Amino acid sequence: MNSAAGGEPIIDIVGVNKWFGDFHVLKDINLQVARGEKLVICGPSGSGKSTLIRCINRLEIHQKGRITVDGIELSNDVKRIDQVRREVGMLFQNFNLFPHMTVLENLTLSPVWIRKMPLHAARKLAFQYLERVKIPELADKYPGQCSGGQQQRVAIARCLCMNPKVMLFDEPTSALDPEMIKEVLDVMVDLANSGMTMLCVTHEMGFARTVADRVVFMDAGEIVEENDPETFFNHPRFDRTQLFLSQIISH
Amino acid sequence: MAEEWKAKPALPAPILETGIGGWLARNLFSSPGNSCLTLLGLALLYWSVPPVLHWAVFAANWLGDTRSACDAGLPGVKSGACWVFIKVRLGVFIYGFYPEAERWRVDFTFLLLAANLFPLLAPLLFRSLGRQLLLALVTVFAVLFLYGAVPAGVALVLLFLPVLLVWLSQRVAEFAGGGTFLLPALASCFLGALAAGLFLKLFFAGEAMVPISLFVALLLALLLFTRRLGVTAWRWFLLATLYPLIAWLALLGGAFSLPLVETHFWGGLSLTLVVAGCGMLTALPIGVLLALGRRSQLPVINTLCVSFIEFVRGVPLVSVLFMASVMFPLLLPENVNFDKLLRALVGIAFFYAAYMAEVIRGGLQAIPRGQYEAAEALGWTYWKMMGLIILPQALRLVIPGLANNFLSLLKDTTLVAVIGLLDLLGIAKAAMADVQWLGFTREAYLFAGLVFWVFCFAISRYSVYLEKKYHTSYQ
Ligand SMILES: Nc1ncnc2c1ncn2[C@@H]1O[C@H](COP(=O)(O)OP(=O)(O)OP(=O)(O)O)[C@@H](O)[C@H]1O
Ligand SMILES: [Mg+2]
Repeated sequence: MNSAAGGEPIIDIVGVNKWFGDFHVLKDINLQVARGEKLVICGPSGSGKSTLIRCINRLEIHQKGRITVDGIELSNDVKRIDQVRREVGMLFQNFNLFPHMTVLENLTLSPVWIRKMPLHAARKLAFQYLERVKIPELADKYPGQCSGGQQQRVAIARCLCMNPKVMLFDEPTSALDPEMIKEVLDVMVDLANSGMTMLCVTHEMGFARTVADRVVFMDAGEIVEENDPETFFNHPRFDRTQLFLSQIISH
Repeated sequence: MAEEWKAKPALPAPILETGIGGWLARNLFSSPGNSCLTLLGLALLYWSVPPVLHWAVFAANWLGDTRSACDAGLPGVKSGACWVFIKVRLGVFIYGFYPEAERWRVDFTFLLLAANLFPLLAPLLFRSLGRQLLLALVTVFAVLFLYGAVPAGVALVLLFLPVLLVWLSQRVAEFAGGGTFLLPALASCFLGALAAGLFLKLFFAGEAMVPISLFVALLLALLLFTRRLGVTAWRWFLLATLYPLIAWLALLGGAFSLPLVETHFWGGLSLTLVVAGCGMLTALPIGVLLALGRRSQLPVINTLCVSFIEFVRGVPLVSVLFMASVMFPLLLPENVNFDKLLRALVGIAFFYAAYMAEVIRGGLQAIPRGQYEAAEALGWTYWKMMGLIILPQALRLVIPGLANNFLSLLKDTTLVAVIGLLDLLGIAKAAMADVQWLGFTREAYLFAGLVFWVFCFAISRYSVYLEKKYHTSYQ
């Protein structure tokens, strides 16, 4: 289960480097994620966590190295980017629902226009996932009328409607109030139990402990260490990791 | 045990807060200064309104249809305005010099426009398909009754086609089941266009063959390649393609046994509406493209759009019209004769497109980066994302700015006078110069102004309605 020892990894990142102008954000990143694995990425602000996972669906472009998703290597080829984005769903810190459409339209728009699914089938699918994130009653509301936690759950359902193989989470709960964090985390745990491959940037250490197969710690654009949660939290290898953990836990 | 808590009862508001007295005290007489201003305002109204009303309504001459009805000094003639002058020339004010026997074609064109546009502009009123069909049916029968069978057939096609197309596209989607059939689809577009062309060739001596065939090809392409358009989308599509074709054939004639009425006979309110309508319908999409081009990363497109916008914004509309009228023919080959009205339309469309582009760009800048990222992460490609996710939001944000542009476009149609086209105001001026009816300048200007005001006010109220509609659905 740990790392990519057995079977082909669904995500294979080899020697990736990225610069923003002169600023070296990602330094020689190597990371493999197996099918069905849950990976939590943590690290201090500005360490390049978001940039790393945004490279996986090409919202950012890496300049050196190789990223392969389910056997498709990312390049400037638009077709490949399209194929990869079909496999990969992404959740954002501030939800990014489309505010001019109802929740139901948010969910059906992409299956209908991108997947060319008939509308009635898309609606059925949408309600199925709304049930799963426990907010079927919000179907006709606009995102602006929903709470943050509800919006994030709608965003999860919107991703699921596209039937992705991998889901990327970029701090999905850090814009939420404490009681809403729980409702979103519950959905994420449920998703994890269903066998979805998940890469999750988060500071929710409780979630990391219970759900993650592996925790990756990044600092200054490098992967400092990666380990199973048990070892990671109780016996971190580097003093940098220890310092970060003590800071996070003291909060 | 805890004590029971009871809310205090609500008391009626103090007298001065409510009712007419309260309103007056708060709004008109809240301080000595304000009281003075209120009285001054009342005095001003008293001094100005009654004389105007007296002139325009009570002492005005409404009856009769000759010059003598307004000749001061004759018995029964009052001292006020002479609306007989407007009444006698109403036909000219509306139709310009369009031959009287052919004026029904103008009526028909605008009736068709209204019937096509109404369900689009008031979607809440026409939410049920039944009402849309009822409106279409009533229109078709009215046209049949007023103008005969052929116009009614045209109305039938234009108004019922959207519903038919939705039904057809569902059948196509069921048949194709998600697969794509590029070659057969392209072939059917081509064959459809060919069939339409042949039909016209055989039965109508090939009149308007090229545009109609092109339209059929476009329609089939849309039907076969995007199987997800609703009635509203089809209506917009027909409004932008088939309707202009019909309007052009009906107004200009010279085909399908309609006598030719060249554009220099057009004039008055109908010309104003033709110019304004074409301007609005073409300037907005061109403006959208220019705005997108100006934000594009591609240097060639970006430079082209920026220089076009900056150039057009730097010159007055009058000179654009002159250029369109005088320069275009120099650039075109000798024998290509570009209609004068068409040149004015092109000039106005591009001029206002440049202004609208900047307004729309403002809206695009207000859309957060996250919207693009969410769409891209879901696999959206540029044009689909722009059309369905980004632009709908951006355009809603800039409704007030666009309404501004539409209003000034409508009023700037008066400038076509400089290239010799007589719009409503031009006709009014021409009417003043009539030796039979000298001295009624005030009436003519007032009438033209009032007509403009009615249309502008309608646009303005409509933009407010749109703003409210979208605002309430957001929060
Ligand atoms: N588009 C950009 N242009 C220039 N610099 C950027 C850009 N995006 C991010 N950076 C910089 O790259 C570094 C890494 O950013 P990133 O967003 O990946 O950090 P992060 O680990 O996700 O931090 P946080 O926890 O605050 O989200 C930061 O120093 C940031 O300032
Ligand atoms: Mg981040």
